[in-house]
Amino acid sequence: MKLFYSLIFLLSLLMPAHAAIEALKFKDAQTEEDYKELINELRCLVCQNQNLAGSDAPLAKDLREQTYNMLQKGMDRDDVVEYMVNRYGEFVLYRPLLNSNTFLLWIGPFALLAIVLIVVMVRIKRMKTVEAPEEGGLENAKHLLDDDMNTTADSSAGKGDKK
Amino acid sequence: MRFILPLGIFGLLVVLLGLGLTMDPKKVPSPLIGKPAPAFNLPQLHNQQVSFAPENFKGKVWILNVWASWCVSCRAEHKVITKLANMKLVDIVGLNYKDEPKDGQLWLQQFGNPYTLSALDYEGRAGIDWGVYGVPETFVIGKDGLIKYKHIGPVTDQALVEEILPVLKTLI
Repeated sequence: MKLFYSLIFLLSLLMPAHAAIEALKFKDAQTEEDYKELINELRCLVCQNQNLAGSDAPLAKDLREQTYNMLQKGMDRDDVVEYMVNRYGEFVLYRPLLNSNTFLLWIGPFALLAIVLIVVMVRIKRMKTVEAPEEGGLENAKHLLDDDMNTTADSSAGKGDKK
Repeated sequence: MRFILPLGIFGLLVVLLGLGLTMDPKKVPSPLIGKPAPAFNLPQLHNQQVSFAPENFKGKVWILNVWASWCVSCRAEHKVITKLANMKLVDIVGLNYKDEPKDGQLWLQQFGNPYTLSALDYEGRAGIDWGVYGVPETFVIGKDGLIKYKHIGPVTDQALVEEILPVLKTLI
């Protein structure tokens, strides 16, 4: 068993923790930061549910390189994003832009939440009005309670007598 | 009566999900339609001293077909592209994408060469400019140098007859 676990451990060392392993030198820390953010935000188009950072596809590698080169040349994040969108469409962005196409996507969840909240609030209000105590209800309840107390007291007393 | 609302919502969901099933998530609409064909200047596969640039074909209707010897579905599409070439309607330019020139030449020798010429995109840079993400891809470029149509994936007989030929007809 020990051998088995150590084997698993050794095998796990062979697995790359991350697909993007190009060793890159950046001109400054900001550029490196931008690069890391961009490759995490841009979609790999071949393997659609991965970003550029996580993909081993050749196209992802090329696009990472393109991103790196553009940033090193002094272009900023928006330039790179614009470059990618012009070629591959907005689909390349993991964070979709807010426009008429994606309006529902952005607003939808909040609209749904608002609708649910309104429905719940209306229901709660209705329940409250139904349960509102009627005229003299409190008095009746007191009587009922008193009666109940008396009977339980009697029955417990009865029990005591039996003993 | 109390079931009508949940049932209605369920029905709506079924319709929406059903519609979603009929769509192909692999087909990303190209933002390049109606835009000028991106420029490049690349050596030709069979004559690497001579280069090819899209503006060479300005004033002509032509087709750019992205292919590679390593691309399996390019083989499936090859006979359809050959059919189109034999109609002699337009020039078909191959963009040999991220391929070894030798492999590309051999591939054409083996299956036949339907292309007027093939440009060698060894680095895949032109491919990026054209928004290529899955080989094969096929573009139709008009006389004005604008991209009129893009087909992603292998061109089937059906796609040729129903999509590409009608587009060509409006352009020629």
